[in-house]
Amino acid sequence: MDVENVTALHQAPIASLQGRFSSIRTTLLSQILGRIGSGIIVLWAAITLSFISLHVAPGDIVSLLIGEQIRTPAIEAAIRAEWGLDEPLIKQYLSYLWRVLHGDFGRSYVLQTDVATLVLSQIWPTLKLTGAALVVAVVFAVVSAVATAGLRWPRRIAGGMELVLVSTPSFWLGIVLLFVFSFTLKLFPVAGDRNFAALVLPALSLGLSLGAVIGQVLREGLERALEEPFALTVRSWGANALTLRLRHGLRHAALPAVTLTGWLIGNLLSGAVITEQVFGRPGLGKITVDAVLGKDLPVVLAVAILSAFIYVVLSTLVDTLYLLLDPRLRART
Amino acid sequence: MTALINIRNLTIGFPKGHEANVVVRGLDLTIHRGESVALVGESGSGKSVTARSLVGLTGQGASVTADVFDIDGENALNFHERKWRQLRGSKIGFVLQDALVSLDPLRRISQQVSDALGNGGLFSRRDIHDESLTLLNSVGIPNPVQRLPQYPHQLSGGLRQRALIATAIAREPALVIADEPTTALDATVQKQILDLLAERKRAGNTLLLISHDLAIVSRLADRVLVMRNGEVVEEGPTAEILSAPSHPYTRQLLDAIPSATSRGYRLAPDLGSVVSSSPAENPAVIGQVERLKVLLPAKSIDPKRKMLRVEHLSKHYGSGAAASLVVNDVSFDLSAGEALGIVGESGSGKTTVARIVLGLVKPDAGKVSIDGQPWSELSEGQRRAHRAGVQLIAQDALSSFDPRYTVERIVGESLDSVAVFGAERRRRVLEVLDSVRLGPAYLNRHPRDLSGGQRQRVAIARAFAPRPKLLVADEPVSALDVSIQAQVLDLLAELQAASGTSLLFISHDLGVVHHLTDRVVVMKEGRIVETGNVDSVFSAPRHSYTQSLLEAIPSIA
Repeated sequence: MDVENVTALHQAPIASLQGRFSSIRTTLLSQILGRIGSGIIVLWAAITLSFISLHVAPGDIVSLLIGEQIRTPAIEAAIRAEWGLDEPLIKQYLSYLWRVLHGDFGRSYVLQTDVATLVLSQIWPTLKLTGAALVVAVVFAVVSAVATAGLRWPRRIAGGMELVLVSTPSFWLGIVLLFVFSFTLKLFPVAGDRNFAALVLPALSLGLSLGAVIGQVLREGLERALEEPFALTVRSWGANALTLRLRHGLRHAALPAVTLTGWLIGNLLSGAVITEQVFGRPGLGKITVDAVLGKDLPVVLAVAILSAFIYVVLSTLVDTLYLLLDPRLRART
Repeated sequence: MTALINIRNLTIGFPKGHEANVVVRGLDLTIHRGESVALVGESGSGKSVTARSLVGLTGQGASVTADVFDIDGENALNFHERKWRQLRGSKIGFVLQDALVSLDPLRRISQQVSDALGNGGLFSRRDIHDESLTLLNSVGIPNPVQRLPQYPHQLSGGLRQRALIATAIAREPALVIADEPTTALDATVQKQILDLLAERKRAGNTLLLISHDLAIVSRLADRVLVMRNGEVVEEGPTAEILSAPSHPYTRQLLDAIPSATSRGYRLAPDLGSVVSSSPAENPAVIGQVERLKVLLPAKSIDPKRKMLRVEHLSKHYGSGAAASLVVNDVSFDLSAGEALGIVGESGSGKTTVARIVLGLVKPDAGKVSIDGQPWSELSEGQRRAHRAGVQLIAQDALSSFDPRYTVERIVGESLDSVAVFGAERRRRVLEVLDSVRLGPAYLNRHPRDLSGGQRQRVAIARAFAPRPKLLVADEPVSALDVSIQAQVLDLLAELQAASGTSLLFISHDLGVVHHLTDRVVVMKEGRIVETGNVDSVFSAPRHSYTQSLLEAIPSIA
């Protein structure tokens, strides 16, 4: 074929495409920056809201902050100084914002300790648990969807299993797992957070129901993708069924599943509270429950802001992942 | 030498309830090396399924039986999936229509080409890159280095289709199957793809072409098999079949092609007032093989009454540096009873003009008046009272219907605006349905139960129901097969003449426009480049763009 000739024919469209191509990278970056920007606004709103809630709650602030601790003039003076309660409201707000931004969440008068240190010491076990649960969920969903999509009986069996998992409360699943694997088979420890083995059962009980939900969405997406004309093209190249599913179908199916996962991770955090109790694990769940029961407001506020922070980080990640998965979204300005 | 493909008595069926639904019956197909063979027929004729059976991709549950089914000397009847996989891509390549959906939209061209190369770890990364560049070059993609990292949606329609062809020929298969390779492409782009395929044919490559378009077939195929309802009705050398068809159905397919010579005549035999439910069985076999020269009713055009006047219309989308002028100083008018065609490629602004005329988009500058009355300047509230006078027929009828409505409700709804209710409404609905040859049995049908042609006929009935002054048809037949298109065009012409409605007909298909309209406006990049009587513009185009559009039309030699 006469390449010269074809080049001439295409001169005009190329010029416009070149322009578009170079701008794609910058659009992607600006879109991600936009997402981060809106995340920061959400965080600022969360901090502000916690400040407002402290001030509009009934009763005076000092007794709110003290919680169930005995009120002495010395403690009261310390609180007044720490929160700047004699200053104008706007100044209180700004200094609160400033402190939170520097990771200073104040002092818990119930536990007689610095809130930030307390939360930081407990956040690692919780992150480990939710992270492991997420891995369980994603692995379960991908395996179940890829192995059964489009196959009549396997998909029915997997679908039924997922329905059972979704409708099982995670604490009950946890108790059943404990009974079978810890008490009867003695394969995993009953409680605590000493080693990796101690993480297995909590992660399973927390992650499986999440995986079941994602699996359903992933399977539907995969089946839809395998019906698309491009699937026929890929098969006409001689690709085997697994390649088609993993390399082509899964990415299409991941688009709705990723959105859903972003939403569900929020659930994972609150689910972790219960799972930590069932398995006697340390973590944010335990201190949150204790703080709520002990009316330890500084700790509750810190956990609330931290949850908002984690949520914002994750949803920004999900949005970014979405842009990376689907190049068509990047082109739209 | 043995034939590359040798098939005797092929039958393909799909399970449908308890009985099998046979889609291909007793088909014989032989393809020799270096030969170019075409399977022709309307949708549902079994041509695509036949093609897919050659690569073992007929789909789940299909039963494929044959007396002989040899591919390159091997009996493919007892091929396992593994054997088929080895054959796909290496021995037989497959090109589908519309690369926008036939390539994976989420993967780069480079990834897809290397997927198609399917090296199994034999080549290095460098080799694959070089090999991909050579491939893209060989299908005439300029600047392949720059194209490789791009995604399908970033390529123009023509380049996309070339990339798809590149993946099909990546492993130099002995046979390439092209299933409607140019459907959904603009005429000039279609010509480029046909040139590419013709080039490959000249180089001695073997091609199986699947198409409903006889003009394309005449350019590429040495031999034609005409299929209908799963059977081959006629077979022979292309020139012979197209110049002297011996089967009435082939004659009918040839007659269905709209062109300059078909102007004023029917394209298809009349459907008759009573219509059977299956469109495929519909066009009755006619006795004579001669071209039917049945005149369409004459139109009465009143050149003094301007039904539509468009003056200095401009419209841009986007803002700042990204702003683009999609309609640039467009003026034309349309007399009562006249049909005006707007032709142009995708992106020429013709659809935006249609939207402005319909009052759906507000122009930046210029104005539209209808039957001497202001239109585009009106507020939507003022315009609503007159909306019944301007009706639309869209390309995709199905998505223009509420899927839960019955045909009666779909057609009847357009009578809300002219306040026709009750028994009177039912009478009018029956009347317009009858005029598109749909009987009372269709009143309670839902859109999804109708064939593509029937849906478009319902859309026509709906548009004519409130007796509009002006009808805007935006690519109303471009999603239809030639033979269904012929029926729809006949109905449109007939109803337009009978009702005296003015027709604004937007299309990228110059043959259709020449057949149906009286005057034509040629648009390019938002501007009108040429306008005039359809015969004089198409026989003696003055603008080079019109000339290039006309040259791109494949015609039966």
